[in-house]
Amino acid sequence: MVLTEQIRQRIRAEFPKYPDKRAVVLPALHIVHDELRSVSSAALEEIAELLEIHPAEIHDAMSFYQFFREEDRPLGKRRVWVCRSISCALRGGEELLESLSRKWHVGPGGTTADGSVSLEYAECLGACEGAPCILVNDECHTNVTAEEVERIVEQ
Amino acid sequence: MPAFEPVLLARINKPNSASLETYRADGGYAALQKALTMAPADIVAMVKDAVLRGRGGAGFPAGLKWTFLPKDHPGPIYLCVNADESEPGTFNNRILMEQDPHQLIEGIAVACHAIRSNTAYLYIRYEYGRSYRVLDAAIKECYAAGLLGKNIQGSGFDLDVHLHRGAAAYICGEETGLIESLEGKRAWPRIKPPFPAIEGLFRKPTIVNNVETLCCVPHILNRGVEWFKSLGVPPDPSNPRDLGSFGPKLYCISGHVNKPGCVELPLGVTARELIEEHAGGVWKGRQAKAVVPGGISMGFLSADELDTPLDFNGPIKAGCLGLGTAAVIVVDDQTSMVDVLYNCCRFMSHESCGQCTPCREGTKWMTRILERIRVGHGKLEDLDTLVEVAGSMGIIPGTTICGLADGAAWPVKNAIKKFRSEFEEYINSGRRTMTPAQELMAGAH
Repeated sequence: MVLTEQIRQRIRAEFPKYPDKRAVVLPALHIVHDELRSVSSAALEEIAELLEIHPAEIHDAMSFYQFFREEDRPLGKRRVWVCRSISCALRGGEELLESLSRKWHVGPGGTTADGSVSLEYAECLGACEGAPCILVNDECHTNVTAEEVERIVEQ
Repeated sequence: MPAFEPVLLARINKPNSASLETYRADGGYAALQKALTMAPADIVAMVKDAVLRGRGGAGFPAGLKWTFLPKDHPGPIYLCVNADESEPGTFNNRILMEQDPHQLIEGIAVACHAIRSNTAYLYIRYEYGRSYRVLDAAIKECYAAGLLGKNIQGSGFDLDVHLHRGAAAYICGEETGLIESLEGKRAWPRIKPPFPAIEGLFRKPTIVNNVETLCCVPHILNRGVEWFKSLGVPPDPSNPRDLGSFGPKLYCISGHVNKPGCVELPLGVTARELIEEHAGGVWKGRQAKAVVPGGISMGFLSADELDTPLDFNGPIKAGCLGLGTAAVIVVDDQTSMVDVLYNCCRFMSHESCGQCTPCREGTKWMTRILERIRVGHGKLEDLDTLVEVAGSMGIIPGTTICGLADGAAWPVKNAIKKFRSEFEEYINSGRRTMTPAQELMAGAH
């Protein structure tokens, strides 16, 4: 068993919100992905059993979003998203991504050798008044430099 | 003219602006109290008479949408709140949710009473972690105060509001993409008809409304239809299809300005006024070369079109797709339009859901052509190819299910029409502006 009882309980707690258990696909994927840093095929089968649908249906949805990592590419401890869309790009967003890439010796989509950080590019994070902006997990930081990002991540 | 007093942003930056206590101190939930004494049809009529047009991009009248629900349906009827705000340059809904969640919850409650819905799903993009946590706390406050749940304020009206987090996909902002995503599937937009009002979430009648649209609803109840219609721009008599642009609107201003931010003004302010008076002017003493009027899908205004009023009609007259999300992005005169357009095309290519071939392939080809131009291998005929590809994708030429492709095509059409000489000079000069970061990302596709 990959999913702990605690994870299972959190998934089951979503059921009453919807008339159809299939609607719990995204909430369940988020719960598992946050805890385990990827969704393995074993985890996928266990989610499918809870939701009473076929694992392929969950995989179909999961692969669409590109947000969820499969077991061959687990996330590091922190996930840093650097916005590359227009408002940030006009104010140095792509250069920020490049310098983080150099500092951490990792390309977008990759994880540092020590597993501490996964670096990602993001499309518009909706904080354009503070461009360039980043997300660390799901917390937004605005008007940042590469040095500040390093400090935020080390905290 | 007296300065406009913000309505939707009245509590922004006040201490504890997100708490129920602060909201109540400003008269919050009075509109819900009033709504609960009214017949649902009367609320729908009020919102319809106010001509509240959807703030999410398409500008469809919200009250009219509500009337599309089947009469005497046994239920359930669902409300989906579209908080998947992802159009580049747009952040007004984030501010409304982070700073004043109760205004939104009251709007949801009034709307649900009006459309006879007892369940609302608030679909919020994953990236808005702070908004999610603020809303979650506010919803809990409402259940504790008897403003959500069973028999609200003794009226017999029941309402549950559930938060549902997305997973970083722009297409979930398309209303039927949102519904598919909520149902646990890939967010492929549905073929319409049937429209969601007839058959939507879980195959039941469903209304999908944007956050800002719903935030306007309590103010219409409190202040009346006449107040709402006293703000903004009446219908253009020369355009029989224009319904007018009424009410307050949040404008987001970003890019090359001194003071990026979000301001609330009556619909119809010009791009120039927004930049000069509300965003501190173009940065570094430069001039604006191009201005996006409402998110990149809407295309570009050129420097001599900055007096265009940003109401639902103005940008169309200037050749743009529409007002969109009213997200204004300023590009200064030192920036290459080739680079700007590349960024727009790359976004759309990344976010195309892949269901319709013209969009999936077209967005990718436009991006690749611009990549080729930007590494110095462009040919003049590439510009015609770009225009041809752009002209063959979207709802307007009738080749795709949803409007993403129209939004991908428009910046291309506008940029090459309005800035063609700049593209030609770029190609003829053999310049290269593709940066190492961009090559990294192009490789990571």
